[in-house]
Amino acid sequence: MSGAILRLDDVHTDIAQYHILHGISMNVPEGGVHVLLGRNGAGKTTTLRTIMGLWRARKGAIVFRHHDITAMPTPDIARLGIAYVPENMGIFGGLTVEENMRLASTTGRFDDERLGRIFSLFPAIEKFWTSQASGLSGGQKQMLAISRAIVERREMILIDEPTKGLAPAIIRNMIGAFREIARETTILLVEQNFLFARSLGSGVAVIDDGRIVHSGGMAELAADEALQTRLLSLSLAEQH
Amino acid sequence: MNAALDRVGGVYALPVILAIIAFAAIGSASTWVTLTAAGLAMGMMIFLMASGLSLIFGLMDVLNFGHSAFVSFGAFIAASVLAALGVWLAADSVLLNLTALMAAIAAATAFGALAGWGFERVIVKPVYKDHLRQILITMGALIVAEQLLLAIWGGTPIAVARPAFLTGSIIIGDIAIESYRIFALLLGLVVYIAMYFALNRTRIGLLIRAGVENREMVESLGFRIDRLFIGVFMAGSALAAMGGAMWAGYQSLITPALGQELMIIVFIVVIIGGLGSIQGSLLGAILVGLMTNYVAFLFPKLALASNMLLMMAVLLWRPYGLKPAVKG
Repeated sequence: MSGAILRLDDVHTDIAQYHILHGISMNVPEGGVHVLLGRNGAGKTTTLRTIMGLWRARKGAIVFRHHDITAMPTPDIARLGIAYVPENMGIFGGLTVEENMRLASTTGRFDDERLGRIFSLFPAIEKFWTSQASGLSGGQKQMLAISRAIVERREMILIDEPTKGLAPAIIRNMIGAFREIARETTILLVEQNFLFARSLGSGVAVIDDGRIVHSGGMAELAADEALQTRLLSLSLAEQH
Repeated sequence: MNAALDRVGGVYALPVILAIIAFAAIGSASTWVTLTAAGLAMGMMIFLMASGLSLIFGLMDVLNFGHSAFVSFGAFIAASVLAALGVWLAADSVLLNLTALMAAIAAATAFGALAGWGFERVIVKPVYKDHLRQILITMGALIVAEQLLLAIWGGTPIAVARPAFLTGSIIIGDIAIESYRIFALLLGLVVYIAMYFALNRTRIGLLIRAGVENREMVESLGFRIDRLFIGVFMAGSALAAMGGAMWAGYQSLITPALGQELMIIVFIVVIIGGLGSIQGSLLGAILVGLMTNYVAFLFPKLALASNMLLMMAVLLWRPYGLKPAVKG
């Protein structure tokens, strides 16, 4: 598919003796928010970690722009412009908010204009700038994790379940922030929260048992309750 | 208990509390000052040895039982350099004395860094992420190192000369403090301050602190943590060798078993302080140094057991040590 920033082609990943991804094939077009939906244990996190090189694909190919990143070390993948926000947020609790942000900047310096935009998206980051990150609340940590990912312009951001355990007010704030971020970068978002995913996503892929079982436009899935029920199980359809 | 302790400075108040209790038990101010100075000096030397081990474990998740081999080699190399520079050492010039001592410490430290590089590449790298094999291979390396020491320097205890300006004691009233101990204390403080600034004011330091917490995330931010591993391993080994060099002068007589003897105490310090934490290592080392000296004076038969008891008490109270690095 032309215009794809990221392409996964028949990717298989094992974790220890377990075969988790059974041939994931997926194209992520450039720009906007693309959502990978699926129930717990379907292989969403494994897919992101395999893209990031944190777990190795046993078979298949992962191509980012024109680079085959299938066997590339994680730091090299990151340096191609892919940022990763893991499910546990990956915050360095012993470091201050500023140090967390500085570490994510390639030069160790900040672009003041960009930092100003981050502060307007997430005022808590400015408020707690010199505080130790371990003292932040769950929502503030998530804001820091996302701010860290956008401290520089990235080609793509992989975000793993950012709404997990967050209050509805914070989720609403995050929807606005993601829309803003998606103006300049491509986001691949892993989610279980269909309401959140629906409000952001332009494209969607549904993963089940390590395979992509559906891909297409988000509007199409949002409009088709029967499809939601079939693909995402009752628990997700109930949220709708 | 925690709230009361927090009001007086948290775990950092523990050495002060220990010193106050010891003062009450000892009864004599001059003896207490002498023992406290000895404890602080001993603590600083152990800190040099332990801080590297703590960082290596914290950042690399490597259990290096061979760490004390660097201490032994540092001690023997320093002893050899000091013996070779005996004329400078005995000269009536502080500058020559100091040059000889610094040459010995520098030689030991440089050896530690180089040997650390080889050790990491050959011994440790193949067993990353496998604690059992790490224990086995690094214990094996320690035994080999001890045999190498025997082959090179022999089994007879070697006398280590001290520079003329560091022999004797400084007398204030009826208080006597060995000059060498004051030097060891000052050197330890200088190294701690240098490490503190390196870890807190430089980008490499920031990376090390972040890597101790969450290596995977550091890699996801685009940094090659394996290169950091080598640097930290070399620095940790160099510090151990520096500690060994200082310990040699402190003991005046060294044998190839020195490393093994110190290994237990170094591990106790790392465990008490909390893995991956420089502040924790300093705190643990000072506590162990003070405890050893106070108990050796008050209850000589309990001297060896005291540090074990201290470790047990700390672990029952704080299972991750007094000041562990925050783990992501």
